[in-house]
Amino acid sequence: MKLEAVRDILGCRVIAGEDRLGDVVRVGCGSDLMSDVLAFIKPNALLLTGLTNIQTVRTAEIAEVIAIVYVRGKVPDKEAANLAREKGIVLLATGLPMYESCGKLYAAGLVGGSEFQEVLTHDGR
Amino acid sequence: MTDDDLFCQTFDVLGGDFLNAGRASTGIKAILREIGVEPSVIRRVAIAAYEAEMNVVLYARKGAMKLRVTPKDVRIAVEDEGEGIPDIELAMQEGYSTASEEIREMGFGAGMGLPNIKKNADEFSISSVPGRGTTLGIRIGL
Repeated sequence: MKLEAVRDILGCRVIAGEDRLGDVVRVGCGSDLMSDVLAFIKPNALLLTGLTNIQTVRTAEIAEVIAIVYVRGKVPDKEAANLAREKGIVLLATGLPMYESCGKLYAAGLVGGSEFQEVLTHDGR
Repeated sequence: MTDDDLFCQTFDVLGGDFLNAGRASTGIKAILREIGVEPSVIRRVAIAAYEAEMNVVLYARKGAMKLRVTPKDVRIAVEDEGEGIPDIELAMQEGYSTASEEIREMGFGAGMGLPNIKKNADEFSISSVPGRGTTLGIRIGL
């Protein structure tokens, strides 16, 4: 799913990475626990979280997250936004809560971690 | 640096420095990418290193992460000065944590860090002296 589709589906404001909305995310992950993100997230993912600190962006960089959606009307702090611009990670913000954000994206075809393998098989990659 | 090492570098990590927490691990990731290490290996090293680095930032006064790359493997040795871990067996259990509310609010301290490091490593060792500090050894084969 292209990030511009994520933006439109969730009515997001773009905080960082306006020029990268053509990038594609292959899997979604919603969590406020960065250790769970590190343990379970797949590469090229979209991370949805209610945390707004700089560790969300560091975690994204380590775990090859393409973009972060901050849910529940939250916006990342200045350090997080600056680091994301430096590292080329797209930051979006939506007023929707976590459950609805994940549900809308899933309904639009963005799979979760447990289904990711299946997608890989279909693609033959 | 020994004759077998392709690369060797030590990164200092400061306890409580949340703004810079993760810089050592992203530095390690960049080095491995430059050397041409396979992406799936880089991902495992980066996640293990980051969890270890966060443990130093969250729980210790200071520490050092030593990266060694040989033709066969990537090794990371982490040594910190801090309170140490009184019961390592307990600390290795998923979900066990002594983290403060402040640490949990940052998205860490869920008792996943050490098990996560072990999961990503081919070999993992841990020792600790309560009141002195903790030492980790991580080896991931190439």
